[in-house]
Amino acid sequence: MPLNAWKSMKTIFFYLILICSLTANAQENMYPSPAQMAPVLIKGGTIHQGNGQVIENGFILFEKGKITAVGKGETQSSSSTVIVDAKGKHLYPGIIAASTNLGLIEVSAVRSTADYNEVGAMNPNVHSLVAYNTDSKIINTLRTNGILLAHIVPAGGILSGTSSVVQLDAWNWEDAAYKTDNGIHFNMPVLLNQAVPPGRVSAEQVDAVKQGLDKIEEVRTFFREAKAYNNEPNHLKINLKFEAVKGLFNHSQSFFVHCDLVREMIIAIDFAREFGFKLVIVGGSDSWIIPEILRENNAAVILAQPHSLPSMDDDDVDQPYKNGAALQKAGVVFTICEDQGFGYWRQRDIPFQAGTMAAYGLTKEEALTSITLNAAKILGIDNLTGSLEKGKDANVVVSEGDLLDMKSSKVTEAFIQGRKINLDNKQTQLFEKYKYKYSIK
Amino acid sequence: MIKLTAFLLFISVFLTFKSNAQNTFPVNDVANPREGCYAFIHATIIQDSRTTVVDGSMIVRLGKIETIGTGISIPKDAVIIDCKGKYIYPSFLDIYSDYGLQGSKAEGSGSPMLSAKKGAFGWNQAIRSEINGSELFRVNAAKAKELRAIGIGTVLTHQMDGISRGTGAVVTLSTEKENKVIVKEKASANFSFDKGSSTQDYPTSLMGAIALLRQNYLDAQWYQSKPAEEGINLSLKAFNDNRALPQIFESNDKWSDLRADKVGDEFGIQYIIKGSGNEYQRISEIKSTNAAYILPLNFPQAMDVDDPADSRFVSLADLKHWEMAPLNPAAFEKAKISFALTANGLKDLNSFMSNLRKAIQAGLSETNALDALTKTPAMLLNIYDQVGSLSNGKIANFLITSGPVFADKSILFQNWIQGNKYVIREEGWLDRRGNYSLVIDKESYRLELKGDGAKPGSLLIGKDTLRSDLQMNDRLVKLTITSKKDTAFKVMLSGVMSDDSWSGTGQTGNGKWVNWIASKSGEMTLSADTTKLKKTDFKIEGEVVFPFNGYGFKQMPGQETILIKNTTVWTSEKEGKLENTDVLVRNGKIAAIGRNLKEAGAKIIDGSDKHLSAGIIDEHSHIAASGEINECSQSVTAETRIGDVINPEDVDIYRQLSGGVTSSHILHGSCNTIGGQTQLIKLRWGSDPSQMKFDKWDPFIKFALGENVKRSYYSSNPRFPDTRMGVEEVLTDAFIRATEYQKLGSAKRKDLELEALSEILNKKRFITCHSYVQSEINSLIKVADKFNFTVNTFTHILEGYKVADKMMAHGSNASTFSDWWSYKMEVVDAIPQNAYLMQKEGVNVAINSDDPEMARRLNQEAAKSVKYANMDEQDALKMVTINPATMLHVGDRTGSIKVGKDADLVLWSDHPLSIYAKAEITLVDGIIYFDRERDLQLRKDILKERTRLIQKMITAKKGGEKTVPATPSFGARNYCQEGCHDVNSLQDRLEHRVTSTELQ
Repeated sequence: MPLNAWKSMKTIFFYLILICSLTANAQENMYPSPAQMAPVLIKGGTIHQGNGQVIENGFILFEKGKITAVGKGETQSSSSTVIVDAKGKHLYPGIIAASTNLGLIEVSAVRSTADYNEVGAMNPNVHSLVAYNTDSKIINTLRTNGILLAHIVPAGGILSGTSSVVQLDAWNWEDAAYKTDNGIHFNMPVLLNQAVPPGRVSAEQVDAVKQGLDKIEEVRTFFREAKAYNNEPNHLKINLKFEAVKGLFNHSQSFFVHCDLVREMIIAIDFAREFGFKLVIVGGSDSWIIPEILRENNAAVILAQPHSLPSMDDDDVDQPYKNGAALQKAGVVFTICEDQGFGYWRQRDIPFQAGTMAAYGLTKEEALTSITLNAAKILGIDNLTGSLEKGKDANVVVSEGDLLDMKSSKVTEAFIQGRKINLDNKQTQLFEKYKYKYSIK
Repeated sequence: MIKLTAFLLFISVFLTFKSNAQNTFPVNDVANPREGCYAFIHATIIQDSRTTVVDGSMIVRLGKIETIGTGISIPKDAVIIDCKGKYIYPSFLDIYSDYGLQGSKAEGSGSPMLSAKKGAFGWNQAIRSEINGSELFRVNAAKAKELRAIGIGTVLTHQMDGISRGTGAVVTLSTEKENKVIVKEKASANFSFDKGSSTQDYPTSLMGAIALLRQNYLDAQWYQSKPAEEGINLSLKAFNDNRALPQIFESNDKWSDLRADKVGDEFGIQYIIKGSGNEYQRISEIKSTNAAYILPLNFPQAMDVDDPADSRFVSLADLKHWEMAPLNPAAFEKAKISFALTANGLKDLNSFMSNLRKAIQAGLSETNALDALTKTPAMLLNIYDQVGSLSNGKIANFLITSGPVFADKSILFQNWIQGNKYVIREEGWLDRRGNYSLVIDKESYRLELKGDGAKPGSLLIGKDTLRSDLQMNDRLVKLTITSKKDTAFKVMLSGVMSDDSWSGTGQTGNGKWVNWIASKSGEMTLSADTTKLKKTDFKIEGEVVFPFNGYGFKQMPGQETILIKNTTVWTSEKEGKLENTDVLVRNGKIAAIGRNLKEAGAKIIDGSDKHLSAGIIDEHSHIAASGEINECSQSVTAETRIGDVINPEDVDIYRQLSGGVTSSHILHGSCNTIGGQTQLIKLRWGSDPSQMKFDKWDPFIKFALGENVKRSYYSSNPRFPDTRMGVEEVLTDAFIRATEYQKLGSAKRKDLELEALSEILNKKRFITCHSYVQSEINSLIKVADKFNFTVNTFTHILEGYKVADKMMAHGSNASTFSDWWSYKMEVVDAIPQNAYLMQKEGVNVAINSDDPEMARRLNQEAAKSVKYANMDEQDALKMVTINPATMLHVGDRTGSIKVGKDADLVLWSDHPLSIYAKAEITLVDGIIYFDRERDLQLRKDILKERTRLIQKMITAKKGGEKTVPATPSFGARNYCQEGCHDVNSLQDRLEHRVTSTELQ
């Protein structure tokens, strides 16, 4: 074939591909998948169960959204079963993005796209779920990297609001809801004097610790009153704020305290102890200093992203990378988040952040557990997901290589509640568009 | 004969002056001429640090010293003051003061583009050359008293406001009319990098301040040609007039000392530098300035570090500085650098002498200490003929002390200024100690006064054992006597003390009035406290390290011959990846690549199971710079230079070495269209700013387009431009102005901004342009085409993939983020396949960080192109090695592993694109600047040294040292975008939490 003819053939070929991809998969036409109809069997891959176990040449079978069998080698399947050959590939539980404002913000520099920070100090009664935008362009870019669930968290003020967990393949927030109202978020005032250089904030920070403790005392007062209020079922006047925190007292909700410093964490522990709350520290930059205290008090930790700078000049250059290992060694249940809810678009790096922890003291399976099973435990969804085990939701990721290493992570299939989801996103589509422009194969 | 005549003439002038001095001021009284002639006799007179007259006399008349010596005749009209046992010193001279000058009032408000100052002055409010301290000076009796109390008699005072601050005046601390107090009207021209009260926008950064000062030198030169269009410019006129004076520059950091000196060198000025107190950390560089220094004694106070939750946030650098700051003057003495001392900067003036004593304990000689307070500053201002020592004809400014002036227990009694007595302390002037015979109502007692010369205690011996309580108030005395045995016995005496005989009256316990008299019966052997300061209890165990923080070197590492054996070499060259290969490093260069290399004496590093790559090069970085990374005040600030503000002690340099980075391109921020000149550095940790710079590179400049330039994140923006349409006009206008500038003759006013733009037109300077969307990329290309130059690099360039063909045709390089997007409108179409697509179109592509955290993982950022676009692994690694080197025009010297190139190398523990890879060793120029083994040892050392210093501070506090609350050592941070704080660090998170919880 003459070169020119080949070239024009190529052009036509790409044009066809483009037409196909645009009609089938343009962002606006990326449909959430319908409920799982046929059983699915994925076989031949290496199964990283998320609970620390690895099954070489394993299989996983799921039906009606639930995992029905996990094992080694072969298994029987019905004729209707869809079989996925994962030979040479790796299987993982769906990754869980803890403490994020995904779907609450689209473009951080554009105020009108932000729905995560309510006005006022005490807003336990605002619910992230109702503002969660399933059409955010960010969501699909996370799925492409194996993140299938997210913990949507409001921010700001002192009691920031109520969070929920969503699955990332839904028509609307109601469909997305995976665990509704799983926790109350306490944004703790900073307990360090002169933490901010003069001129950056309105008030002098010299007595910040005292001021902070005063504010925290107001929060204690709030919860003492809330407790009393919730003891009495009948009220002449409804108090939405007190109603919102009811679940903390019966442990259907967790108490997420956003703080970093040792002084703040021990205050958080003391606070949770007074009310018998299930405590989760979010941030915890200095949690490596007190892992035993955290474990003894059953405090879980959602660590600020390992890809952080060391807190102080003298800190070990790799301190944030190895914070996870310090918690693991002491037996603290922990996961990681990205920027404590301010790095929605960077959530797609969570698997790699876990990979970094594996380079600095964790085993790869421990690192995986931190962003799957442990995240599920912390969010109160470990009965449903977090590991590839019989009876749990079929939230499954298949990757060509190690999911925690960007060098090899290439997600080829993913299932949420057994539904095979579309792995395209706005960016892959733009990629295709410009491959077409430049005639790149 | 002529000689005799001259002599007589001299005498007659002298006499005339002496007896017939006139002035213009009317008198509301009869004339009251007083010559103020005093004779101080029997004193130890320290004329200067090398000349002492023992048992000497000093005659003072009309405010001047007439004679000093032994056995000189005392004028009959002299008031005689017996100074037996006392010492006389020249009063101190402090040449860094704003005594008697009120702070200036800010003119204008807001931050306008133009000066708010009315009058025929210069364009910038921070240039205040027309200000004269002598005109603004008002005697301030209260302040003068405070300064006299610490021994100061004369100061050089100037208004500490602005970058060019006008002139300083030498004044004494006498409280007479200003006319008599001013010794020298214009004694100095003063400068700083601080714009002070100026409300004008420009400059907002240190580099802007430097540029403004440099431009001002050029403008002043040009103004001498009396340019008609400029008219009268009083600021420039004064600037020129003041050039002959001693030039004093205030600095706030050791590195700024060097910056000031560099400006001076450029314009033939040797500044006297007012130091900051941390010069001891870099004394050899400080010496190389050849400047004389004025050093403060404001050593940092100990902090409350007894709570580990607070002390955790105090850096080792701050702890070390607390311990070592008293070494500063001694370090200058040791390095033979001329210096004066100042009380400026002390929060509590009373700590002047105690801090000076600390400095002496830390090794400063008393000779040098005295010189630094007298002769040296006088010489620096050319006023040694008037002050700075005690000799005939000089102003009679002197101290009378009880002993050597720096001795621990010496008392400063009097500070005479211009022949006027100012009492600092009365008690102890007359030493009352000795034995007295006391007679009360005919009953005799023996009274012994001993102990402290200023406040002696009394012992009374009578028939009985008696208790006595003595209180003296000037010349009045009270003595209460009680008996241990007879509790009813009580005598209360009241009287007056003459020299050796006291007398008065009193009352006994039963009310009876009695008379008493006491006369001195014998001297006790008394001598002044001449003990040298004790050096015990004062030990500085810390050491100066380079840089001055936990990760510094005690000894800077040197080049070694290193043979890395048996490793996988990622050459970033056409040779590709070489397995089981050796690389030899010699004299800082890559000497050989091959198998089974041998080199006698080489340090062998086993590279098996490891990977060697070229050092990572970050095309877009903002680390290692001081004093703001943005000069935002104007849309074109091409005159600013990052190279002026390099901070080689930024710990991010070390952190990035630990991530394999060896070179960083430090850019001006992105808040204006034409930002500042950039600086390529090598991460030579521990070096000084000049050694950090990449040797002989093609200079670059930062441009920016889009939202940051438009200031889209503010509710309003008064600065042109506010649209991409306006941005394009700013660019076109700038290059038209530069073109026209080039056509001007040699007499033109040299304009630093247009010089830099001309260099672009002449292809001597190259652009790296912050840009995002395709429209603006295209626009800049068109502007460049029109003016016939090439945009060397588009940086960030997240929509580069949309116009990669145009970029390729124009000849641009691209330096992009791997996967950032959706944080602002102009990046909603950013895709992680951008690098791949541009590369496919033939563009030379690099991955940059623009972020001190991400810079530590640039190899992994490059790997994302493998993930998202299936880029070839070696091509991916090239995006952080040879590609950025090539786009920075240093591809022939670094960025790949090739014989003859600089040995900028990283040994990785794993595949260099893997998340699991750690940089184990990082070499720059064949020098190991990062070694994971050494790093582990440093962690232990840091902990040990921190613990020692914290304990020492706690001990100091227990020992009574005043402390301040622990201050977290959070440093200033550089953000590319104006007002943006989105960096992954605790500091930013705390700030965010402080702000969000404070809103209530």
